[in-house]
Amino acid sequence: MPFDWSSIPGSPPILWQGMIVTIQITLVGALVGILLGMVLAVLRLSRSRILSWLAAAYVTVFRSIPLVMVLFWFHLILIPLAAGLLFPGRRLELGLLTALTAFSLFEASYYAEIIRAGIMSVTKGQFSAGLALGMNRGQVMRLVVLPQALRRMIPLLLTQAIILFQDSTLVYVINLDDFFRKAYNIGNTVGTLNEMILFAGAVYLVICTLASGCVRQLHRKLIVSPVK
Amino acid sequence: MISIRNISKWFGEFQALNKCSTEVGKGEVVVVCGPSGSGKSTLIKCVNGLESFQEGEIWVDGISVANRKTDLPRLRARVGMVFQHFELFPHLTVVDNITLAQCRVLGRSKKQAVDKAVQLLEMVGLVEHQPKFPAQLSGGQQQRVAIARALAMDPIAMLFDEPTSALDPEMINEVLDVMVKLAQSGMTMLVVTHEMGFASRVAHRVIFMDRGEIVEDRPKQTFFEHPETDRARQFLSKILTH
Repeated sequence: MPFDWSSIPGSPPILWQGMIVTIQITLVGALVGILLGMVLAVLRLSRSRILSWLAAAYVTVFRSIPLVMVLFWFHLILIPLAAGLLFPGRRLELGLLTALTAFSLFEASYYAEIIRAGIMSVTKGQFSAGLALGMNRGQVMRLVVLPQALRRMIPLLLTQAIILFQDSTLVYVINLDDFFRKAYNIGNTVGTLNEMILFAGAVYLVICTLASGCVRQLHRKLIVSPVK
Repeated sequence: MISIRNISKWFGEFQALNKCSTEVGKGEVVVVCGPSGSGKSTLIKCVNGLESFQEGEIWVDGISVANRKTDLPRLRARVGMVFQHFELFPHLTVVDNITLAQCRVLGRSKKQAVDKAVQLLEMVGLVEHQPKFPAQLSGGQQQRVAIARALAMDPIAMLFDEPTSALDPEMINEVLDVMVKLAQSGMTMLVVTHEMGFASRVAHRVIFMDRGEIVEDRPKQTFFEHPETDRARQFLSKILTH
């Protein structure tokens, strides 16, 4: 099958618009996901049965539902419903908001488990030492345990962000033009679909390989650095 | 200063402490010894509420540890503790280890806290190590920093939980020297240790524990020279013959 690569040279400006959407989803999803995941992890380990159960339920629900369906539900039900309540009678462009919300909440459940493992890897003695100095449990968590847990988990947190970067292509199903869908649209219009999909795949491959390499380097550095 | 009255503690079925009672007066140095698993560490962790207990009472400077209304963080801030495995915070430098609780718990300014840290690091002979991280120090140095960290809170008493057990032999003395200095300065100290040299030098009393019970609690002289019980005699002969 002969390939026709002629549609690629003229497409970067359009593809770049899509890439901005992809980057937005990745950054917001990772940042909000980590913050919310941190809260969930701490709640899950809290002494309150109710809070711990609620956090566990959140994590289990989101980790048990395929991401595509989460996106659909936010797209079809939750976000339109919320928008209807907050801004009745107005037509809003909700695609990006839907994606950002769905990814943030979904990723939080994965980040929560990573951070929980990190917290549990910090020894009980560290917790005791913090308490013995007169800090309350919240202070010990914030000032002693979480900084160590997060530092240890940086490679995993970043790896999860790389997965999120790839998964962001699923916004395809809610008609949001991210990098992949822009490429798809160009290919579809010009009639070079195979070429454009191959090209888009190559771009994801290069970015993810480079990013993974950086994480590996960082991981090595963290292992030799004086953080036990 | 510290009053332990009829403490009993169970871990499930296992009774870790059985009706333990003792007193530590102001300025007194009391050494707790005994075979491993005898409940020594558990007992001193009860004093600042790091371990709970089911029966009995502990009073520290007139405050009941077991009372639910007691502000435990506040009480702990006034009682220093040194751990077997140092437990310095690995993500903080030496000086930050010593200033963290001063600023966050006592509300001291950064400058006050650093001044205090420097003064204590001078006392333990580590002032030039301020900017280092714990992992860059030897075990003995880490333990001396841990002592400085506890002293920075201006405690009314100090608890030591086997402070030299995790150290290589050549580092034990540098830590004991600091502890001796502290004892001679009049600090109230409750020390779990097997270092009988330390006990005979500075302790006022020695408590011998076995299987969760306080078997002997006597002035050091009489304890070393005439142990009352066979269990204490056996224990002493085991650790002193080497």
